[in-house]
Amino acid sequence: MSTITKYQTASTAFVQEAQVFADLYGSAHPTLAAIRKQAIVAFSNRGIPTMKHEEWKYVNLTSIAQTDYRTASPADSQKLSNSDAEQYRYAGKDAILCVIENGKLNVAASTMTGIPAGVRIGSIDDFSSDAAVMSHLFTHASFEEEAMVALNTMLCYSPIIIKVDAKVKCDTVIQLIFATVPGVDPLLIPARVLVVAGEQSEFTVVESYHTLGAGALTFNNVVSEVVVGKAARVHYSKIQVEGDEAQHINYHKVNMARDSYQHLTTLSLGGAIVRNNLNIRLDAEQVNAYLNGLYVLNQKQVIDNHTLVDHAMPNCYSNELYKGIIGDQAQGVFNGKIWVREDAQKTNAYQSNKNLLLSNQASMNTKPQLEIYADDVKCSHGATTGQLDDEALFYLRARGIGETVARSLLNHAFAADVIEQVENETLRESLMQLLDVKLSALQIEA
Amino acid sequence: MSEDLKILDEVTNSEYKYGFVSNIESDNAPKGLDESTVRFISAKKNEPEWLLEWRLKSFRHWLTLEEPTWANVHYPKIDFQDIIYYSAPKKKPSLNSLDELDPEIKATFDKLGISLIEQQRLAGVAVDAVIDSVSVKTTFRETLGELGIIFCSFSEAVHDHPDLIKKYLGSVIPHTDNYYAALNSAVFSDGSFCYIPKGVRCPMELSTYFRINSAGTGQFERTLIIAEEGSFVSYLEGCTAPMRDENQLHAAIVEIISHTDATVKYSTVQNWYPGDKNGKGGIYNFVTKRGICMGDRAKISWTQVETGSAITWKYPSVILKGDYSVGEFYSVAVTNNMQQADTGTKMIHLGKKTKSIIISKGISCGKSQNSYRGLVRIGKKAEHARNFSQCDSLLIGDKCGAHTFPYIEVGNKTAKVEHEATTSKVGEDQIFYCNQRGISTEDAVNLIVNGYCKEVFNQLPMEFAVEAQKLLAISLEGSVG
Repeated sequence: MSTITKYQTASTAFVQEAQVFADLYGSAHPTLAAIRKQAIVAFSNRGIPTMKHEEWKYVNLTSIAQTDYRTASPADSQKLSNSDAEQYRYAGKDAILCVIENGKLNVAASTMTGIPAGVRIGSIDDFSSDAAVMSHLFTHASFEEEAMVALNTMLCYSPIIIKVDAKVKCDTVIQLIFATVPGVDPLLIPARVLVVAGEQSEFTVVESYHTLGAGALTFNNVVSEVVVGKAARVHYSKIQVEGDEAQHINYHKVNMARDSYQHLTTLSLGGAIVRNNLNIRLDAEQVNAYLNGLYVLNQKQVIDNHTLVDHAMPNCYSNELYKGIIGDQAQGVFNGKIWVREDAQKTNAYQSNKNLLLSNQASMNTKPQLEIYADDVKCSHGATTGQLDDEALFYLRARGIGETVARSLLNHAFAADVIEQVENETLRESLMQLLDVKLSALQIEA
Repeated sequence: MSEDLKILDEVTNSEYKYGFVSNIESDNAPKGLDESTVRFISAKKNEPEWLLEWRLKSFRHWLTLEEPTWANVHYPKIDFQDIIYYSAPKKKPSLNSLDELDPEIKATFDKLGISLIEQQRLAGVAVDAVIDSVSVKTTFRETLGELGIIFCSFSEAVHDHPDLIKKYLGSVIPHTDNYYAALNSAVFSDGSFCYIPKGVRCPMELSTYFRINSAGTGQFERTLIIAEEGSFVSYLEGCTAPMRDENQLHAAIVEIISHTDATVKYSTVQNWYPGDKNGKGGIYNFVTKRGICMGDRAKISWTQVETGSAITWKYPSVILKGDYSVGEFYSVAVTNNMQQADTGTKMIHLGKKTKSIIISKGISCGKSQNSYRGLVRIGKKAEHARNFSQCDSLLIGDKCGAHTFPYIEVGNKTAKVEHEATTSKVGEDQIFYCNQRGISTEDAVNLIVNGYCKEVFNQLPMEFAVEAQKLLAISLEGSVG
């Protein structure tokens, strides 16, 4: 079968499954039925993107297209218990743990006690009477433009929702543990998160992705939508430490209202193919957005970070820092776009992408983009790819530090930059530990 | 109306200085494109069978291709059947002296300020003047001939030096390269050919002036430059075209081969008709330019000043194949009114310790869109390759856009690649500083913009640097940032 036919067959199979799902579960939330129908049309038109598509130029999805996936359904039974989840507790013993097993909330495995007043966490059924929240569901990430959002929209029946009321300051970290439990058949998991931050609220959310046990291939297709209200402050981390075989494509869409602030950290360490799409829309004036990313790859891992910072209004600030260490035969991709729309005067937007290549089989493709339609702006981007500075190495060696130790020290310092900006101390320390475990697995060549 | 807006308005109203049409009788091919057009062109030029075959092969390949749409430029679909693919001045010029030159053509050059006589006597520049595809006059050929340098029109080279043409034609840009390269390979009319033998340093700047003259004529030039081992040549290309309402397509090809220790410096000043302020008319400049550093320590340097054309879409590139070879790209692109530019470069590092530098300065005014798009690729075997890129954009007015799309592909850990880009407007504090010292706002902007472009202008040969500065001044006439 030729590659193109494979892509078509796989796309058709997904559409057929979506139609079966619509018949089985569609009646539960009839308001969403129309959106799902449109998503089916959008996905049928686009199909699984090939490398000919400019936005997918450096990532080969053939391994996804040729795998015969079954989609995780709302009717699947769940296996995990509370002790399975506890090992992934990253933000202290008070933190709320929400376990999402194969795309569906597993209340039994979760630790949902001690949720402060004004904070609600639950599945779609818990929110079906809340019209304000429901109006945000499935509306922010554009399935018209992105085939993979369409795939999620047409197949996802168990979204997770977090709502924080106005003026609520929540110190307890909310951690969403996305646990993938592979089965006998290859599994597509359409997971979805909606976070609604009320005016002047402040809280921290952690999404973490894990694989538990062994089995057939898994493909996480995640869409997160974050609605940041006026003057709200949202700290968000996405941590990917899935198994070696895992495939992961996720869309993260943030809409920011006036005077709001968000800090988003993406840490990618695991998975065979990981694609992160971040789309941050600065929708009003005086918005501050920080996007940080760190990826450390070895073996044959492929990571593709796509970010779009969409400056739609004047007087906003954005700052983006992405760093990567790439070893073995791994491939890194960074595609960062800053888009300043016509009226977005007085925009300050900065972007920096720095990469270390550790091996001659490793590669890094970078595409930092500026698209600017306003004149009174300060925008810049910088991108570097290279290896460790010989002089820094020499400095350490002159002080009696062996070469291997010196190199790992410098690698750590290079990467730690990103994690140090995480505000929550416990979380920061956990991330640092995850990083060190990964760094020690890297082959350090002289 | 604020001072800024008033002056911007003046700029948008400034007229195209070189808009005139000379009435030279043309010997045109019938409108449209099919195999017979290709055969017509080939027959007109009295070409050998192998070249016709090559053209037909290209044409058949072109038919299988789709028009590319990925660039950040927008224009109505081109009707390739509505173009005249060949137009030559009727009086076949085989001249012994300049006096025999068609007075109309001579007048045209005079208006452009490139009097052949002047140039010949004073500047020491050999001019291969191209009017609508046929090389009219080649000067200084004898002087060059003594050194073994061949500098002639492409069609002459086909007859006189078929071995060289056979060996190098399409070797850097194959006919399958892209849509417009395939089109050019099928229907190219004429162009320049330049061969510098081993160890020769070309004593003068070689120069070609392209002009697009007859209405509705697409221009399909083809330039081939070969620099043998240890040689040096500096090649200038300047372009001006008269005012036209219809959009005209220009799909040229420039191929450069630089052997061991050879250096080729290619400079362009492009000032084709950009269309009026509503975006009507103007040239579509869709050009493929590429050089290859074949041998060790070879060097190719592109310098371009792009002020004209309704749409500029080109990426002068260098393939760094030889070890220690060097590629350079210096560019100033100015867009005004409704102009669009999507330009940049590709540096393909294959050899060890290869180096490339990219300096790109974009200036957008009016309602124009100016994009830098570039590729730096470090191959797996390119040990210790080095690249530095800097792309700056300057915005003048709040209706224009400046964009940067750099692609950086690194496949070797010893590579060191740096890219930086900034976008900003002319600083009010800078203008204020000049005002304080008695310099008018207009002069201040000129000063600042000239300073901003200096890195690139410094790379141009003297005559061109002067012309480039003049062009910039015209583009920004009476302007303020």
